[in-house]
Amino acid sequence: MSNLDFSFITWKVVSAFILKGLAFSIELTLIAMIGGIVLGTLLAMMRLSGKPWLAYPSAAYVNLFRSIPLVMVILWFFLLIPKLIGHPLGGAVSAMITFTFFEAAYYSEIMRAGIQSVSRGQVAAGYAVGMSYVQCMKLIVLPQAFRNMLPVLFTQTIILFQDTSLVYAVGEYDLLKGFEVAGKNFNRPVETYLLAAVVYFIICFSLSMMVRQLQKKIAIIR
Amino acid sequence: MGKWDWQILLHDTGGGETYLRWLMSAWGWTCSVAVLSLIVALAVGSVIGILRTVPNVWLVRFGDAWTQFFRNIPLLVQIFIWYHVIPSIFLSLRAVPSFVLVVFALGFFTSSRISEQVRAGIQTLPTGQRYAGLAVGLTLPQTYRYVLLPMAYRIIIPPLTSESMNIFKNTSVAFAVSIAELTMFALQASEETSRFEEIFIPVTFLYFISAFAINRIAAFIEKRVRVPGMLGAK
Repeated sequence: MSNLDFSFITWKVVSAFILKGLAFSIELTLIAMIGGIVLGTLLAMMRLSGKPWLAYPSAAYVNLFRSIPLVMVILWFFLLIPKLIGHPLGGAVSAMITFTFFEAAYYSEIMRAGIQSVSRGQVAAGYAVGMSYVQCMKLIVLPQAFRNMLPVLFTQTIILFQDTSLVYAVGEYDLLKGFEVAGKNFNRPVETYLLAAVVYFIICFSLSMMVRQLQKKIAIIR
Repeated sequence: MGKWDWQILLHDTGGGETYLRWLMSAWGWTCSVAVLSLIVALAVGSVIGILRTVPNVWLVRFGDAWTQFFRNIPLLVQIFIWYHVIPSIFLSLRAVPSFVLVVFALGFFTSSRISEQVRAGIQTLPTGQRYAGLAVGLTLPQTYRYVLLPMAYRIIIPPLTSESMNIFKNTSVAFAVSIAELTMFALQASEETSRFEEIFIPVTFLYFISAFAINRIAAFIEKRVRVPGMLGAK
């Protein structure tokens, strides 16, 4: 089997096997990114609120998720959520919930750094002109925190996109699975794994180049 | 979710050992994969990181390409490449056990991250240090060995620590090619016993304390190698 033969890859094969998986990988990435950033920002605000009863649970949440392998978290959620809600849940929905909660821990650390990068004087100025805590966060701190952390948030999202391949553990049909199924059907696993690597590389490499451009752009304006 | 039955861990697996025993041997596999991959990653990552800072365009390009290549492909895909693709292209590698292939997969994957840190560590040093080394007559390798690397490694101990903890977590991906490590144990044992919590809680706990142990060891090393008067030393 040392001769590689890619001739079986036609548009028909791509649209039948690969695109479905790619769509799910992208969907999962986007949902977990949006959910993760929202939840992560809340966690970061809790952590920095200065109130122990908010800060400690947030710190515990972040440290817990950051010290357990993602595969284990995927399996835990996949097997526990149905027990908690009392009826079975599809692998796709379960994966979306898992990745949102898992990535929130990582996004929260980024947002925490972002919030801390806004100088204290600005918050003080907000309070001085009579803003409430919520107004201060919404109008002054968070817009700047997002802006400063945009490249890091996107870099984390590229990692998230790579991590979505781990839904393999619960057999969900993602980009990698698409290649695998195609490889099994045509009995060409070597070629399809190579192609999977190439496709992931192209996507992640071009995204990381775009992040680099963004970083330069932001650096000039600031 | 019925009552927990921890005695399940003392039941026989059918192979003449208890589940507890099997759990411990799985932990051993996890630790072996992690430690060996870490050695590969540190060795390769250091070389690549150094190459990216030498005054030779081609070596720098090679180092950059290596880093981009191993960083932009998901670990699971890289493990499949090592496991399915490489032995079928290089037939002489057929006899290599999958354990070794996974060690290289995880080691090379992590080497790209470590090379970033080594490069950053060297580049944060003032350029004057490099020139000073060369000016007193040291060759370039000597400058790296005696001037740049001793400081660079001390600077990057914190990120290296989190990378070592990541390697422990990432060993869990090896279940996909049937390495008998903790995640594989969790999947197989929970299926055999139809018990979930009793199997997954100890496994998760073992991942937890493994990462914690690495963290403590690194903190100890950091303290021991501190240079007085530098970088937060007393």
